[in-house]
Amino acid sequence: MIAKLTEGLEFHGQALLLRAERQRLIAGNIANADTPGFKARDFDFASALRAATGAGAAGAAGADIARDVLAPGGGAGAGSRVQPVLRYALPSQTHLDNNLVDMDRERAAFADNAVKYESTLRFINGSLRTLQDAMKSHHG
Amino acid sequence: MSMMRIFDVAGSAVSAQSQRLNVVASNLANADTVAGPDGSAYKARQVVFQTVMLGQQSSAGVRVATVSESDAPGRRVHDPKHPGADAEGYVTYSNVSPVEEMVNMISASRSYQNNVEVMNTARTLLMKTLQLGQG
Repeated sequence: MIAKLTEGLEFHGQALLLRAERQRLIAGNIANADTPGFKARDFDFASALRAATGAGAAGAAGADIARDVLAPGGGAGAGSRVQPVLRYALPSQTHLDNNLVDMDRERAAFADNAVKYESTLRFINGSLRTLQDAMKSHHG
Repeated sequence: MSMMRIFDVAGSAVSAQSQRLNVVASNLANADTVAGPDGSAYKARQVVFQTVMLGQQSSAGVRVATVSESDAPGRRVHDPKHPGADAEGYVTYSNVSPVEEMVNMISASRSYQNNVEVMNTARTLLMKTLQLGQG
């Protein structure tokens, strides 16, 4: 019974972690908007969430690729959590310094991700409130 | 808490951009500097940014790798009455291009603002995360 109640929380918890990860990634892109040779990176949120929550068989394969991409420079991920597959952005405009950060795209992605992070927070808050209401219903 | 890293990332960018603004300021201040007795005038400086990985691989900060000096020849003006004039009556000014510096300044200031905005958004999101389950 309690597993059913916390299942939704688990899902939204994973979604929240991935949203935070993506927010940090985009922040890194914005920070490097003037760095020569820097290539903007992002990940496909839907497939990353699918891999993280174990829905679909793509999870294991995705994790392997992620470790390959993340390998140079070390830096192990936090615990056993599945790292999302990072992809490089395609250039929308050519720059002399080979910088592939499209500022408009990054700002839009940043704002979009912030709103979605907040909505995930609200989903969690809602689930928690439902749980609390269910627990104390006999008082009223 | 991966969101906390955003402050490191955006903070590194803000400090790099302010260093860039600093260099632009010294270039503009020296736009009309003339060459000394050794014949070499002030040379325009420019920062070179470099990506630096902070902790986990996905947080890419930025730092100023080097400050390079421009090799462009200084502006030479014929003014024999000038105290800094050489034997042929030419005065060598610094090779700073004020137009270029102004463009650089605007670009640095925009990037600075972008990163401050990133930090503000991250702060708001973190505050809301802290209040999780309270509202």
